[in-house]
Amino acid sequence: MEAIKSLINFLSYPQWSFTLSLVLFWLAMRSKLLWTKAGGWVLLALITLFFGLAMLDPNFFVVVAKPDNVPIVMMVYLVGFFWWFAMHKAHENDRRIADGEPTFEKSESEDRIFTWPDLVFSEFICMVLLTVGMVLWSILLKAPLEEPANTSVAPNPSKAPWYFLGLQEMLVYFDPWMAGVVLPGLIIVGLMAIPYIDTNKKGNGYYTLKERRTEIWLFMFGFLILWCELIVIGTFLRGPNWNFFGPFEYWDVNKVEPLVNVDLSELIWIQILGVGLPSNFLLREIFGIVFTGFYFLVLPVILIKNKFVNRFYQDMGPTRYYVGMTLFLTMMLMPIKMYLRWFLNLKYFVHIQEFFLNL
Amino acid sequence: MEALKNLQKNIVKSQIWKSIFRVGIPTDNRKRALAMLGNVVLHLHPIKVKKSGLRMSYTWCMGGTAFFLFLVETITGILLMFYYRPTVEYAYFDMIDLREAAAFGIMRELHRWGAHAMVISVWLHMFRVFMTGSYKPPREFNWNVGVILLVLTLLLSFTGYLLPWDQLAIWAITVGSNMARATPLLGAEGPGAALLQLGGTKLIHVGSDARFGLIAGRTIGNGTLIRFYVLHCVAIPFVAACLIAVHFWRVRKDGGISGPV
Repeated sequence: MEAIKSLINFLSYPQWSFTLSLVLFWLAMRSKLLWTKAGGWVLLALITLFFGLAMLDPNFFVVVAKPDNVPIVMMVYLVGFFWWFAMHKAHENDRRIADGEPTFEKSESEDRIFTWPDLVFSEFICMVLLTVGMVLWSILLKAPLEEPANTSVAPNPSKAPWYFLGLQEMLVYFDPWMAGVVLPGLIIVGLMAIPYIDTNKKGNGYYTLKERRTEIWLFMFGFLILWCELIVIGTFLRGPNWNFFGPFEYWDVNKVEPLVNVDLSELIWIQILGVGLPSNFLLREIFGIVFTGFYFLVLPVILIKNKFVNRFYQDMGPTRYYVGMTLFLTMMLMPIKMYLRWFLNLKYFVHIQEFFLNL
Repeated sequence: MEALKNLQKNIVKSQIWKSIFRVGIPTDNRKRALAMLGNVVLHLHPIKVKKSGLRMSYTWCMGGTAFFLFLVETITGILLMFYYRPTVEYAYFDMIDLREAAAFGIMRELHRWGAHAMVISVWLHMFRVFMTGSYKPPREFNWNVGVILLVLTLLLSFTGYLLPWDQLAIWAITVGSNMARATPLLGAEGPGAALLQLGGTKLIHVGSDARFGLIAGRTIGNGTLIRFYVLHCVAIPFVAACLIAVHFWRVRKDGGISGPV
């Protein structure tokens, strides 16, 4: 048991767990078996078995059973369930379309039902059940109240509210102006842009995977991996000093992690070229500036040559394509920067401390 | 049994009942339609809905759940406001009183767990809308209203986080609001802020930047508490309620709950 726990602890470290989740995401999205009813039950059993066994561990228990963390366990289950459920429905409809049948929704959308009593009563039943659920939850679990506020004693770790922990996790890899302002802003802009960028007319008003595979992959990657998974990491696996702790590790305040992060400029000028850093900051950061310029300005143009991307370029036209591609590349900056940090200790592409401009 | 039926009959036939519910218990299609038209709450709904849109396996009931939780938060929030005083001297001790002295002492629990649940249900509602492609024309604008409502939900929860005035509250808001320091141009430590100068005087400094505006001071204190309180209890709910109305109205105008076109 201890061996399994240390293996899980080891695999939980972001470089491995993130890679693992990318692989599992890829396998899951291509799988058919997982989205059948049997697959769903197996998945539910596995997650519950993990939580059940893991709760026996005192270090795991103390973090997960905090009253404010209960909603996040709930979120894991709900998001997991609805991911499975949406995919289940999508595969069912895809099979129907392949067999030349109307989708499940189509077969019923011509049918009009009186709102009274069907809709009104199901709403009523939902409200009653939700009320009962909320009251029970409130009786069983007291809302936490810590010590009175004290501006001179900072708790360690100091965490943002749980739904912002994905953003706080980004702070490890980005400066606050990116992680706290620009990227959240672009998430909102990106979400709002979706209906105007997406020119695929299919899949409007019914579940399907086949007819809008790329859209769904992208959205799920953003929502499930970059948003929900980072929240889970930030809640359960980030301890004192925002150090990483496996699920069965004790949150040791004195854990020391050596930070030897280097900038791209140092990596190239000092470690590769063996000369010192130039004093002119533009010259010093030239590689980072060129890389960033290439990434956002040249790469989208080159990618048009790619057969897969070209199809989207043709469908979307240049404006939609460049806006969408910029948003996509910004999103991908996150995993790119994570991997560069883990494996090259890279801190900044561009590091102009003269203007607080660090990327 | 017979007596109960008679009682029901007498109530439904009474002048009081009839003055409130014009139609009576709907027994035919005409009355089913009139029941929806004659009630201010129910008339948010159309008289008939697509059978596919009625199914919970299609809608997950998540938008409805989010709205229901918004109402729960409003009601419990109003009740909490009777007790809570948003000043540094009283806030924390009012929390203790809410727990120890107030009758039906689960209002704070209902409010807090309801807030968590509302955040999750709004995300799941967005997830469902995406998965059914319901943001596609003609519903692009309503998707945008929804995105703003999602942001408002997070802001409501964020501003409410400070109000208990305990260690969790103040430090979570510290971590959150420190981000504003780094706002490009408008934050004291943000890129480009140093460029905004007037005759050698910095326009953006810790006493004038975006964080200062957010927390009403250089550190989190009484000013922050009253600011977040007003945002949490009045300003954001007001905007959210207006947008919820637009959101619902547009659902109807864009053709009701989405379905295959």
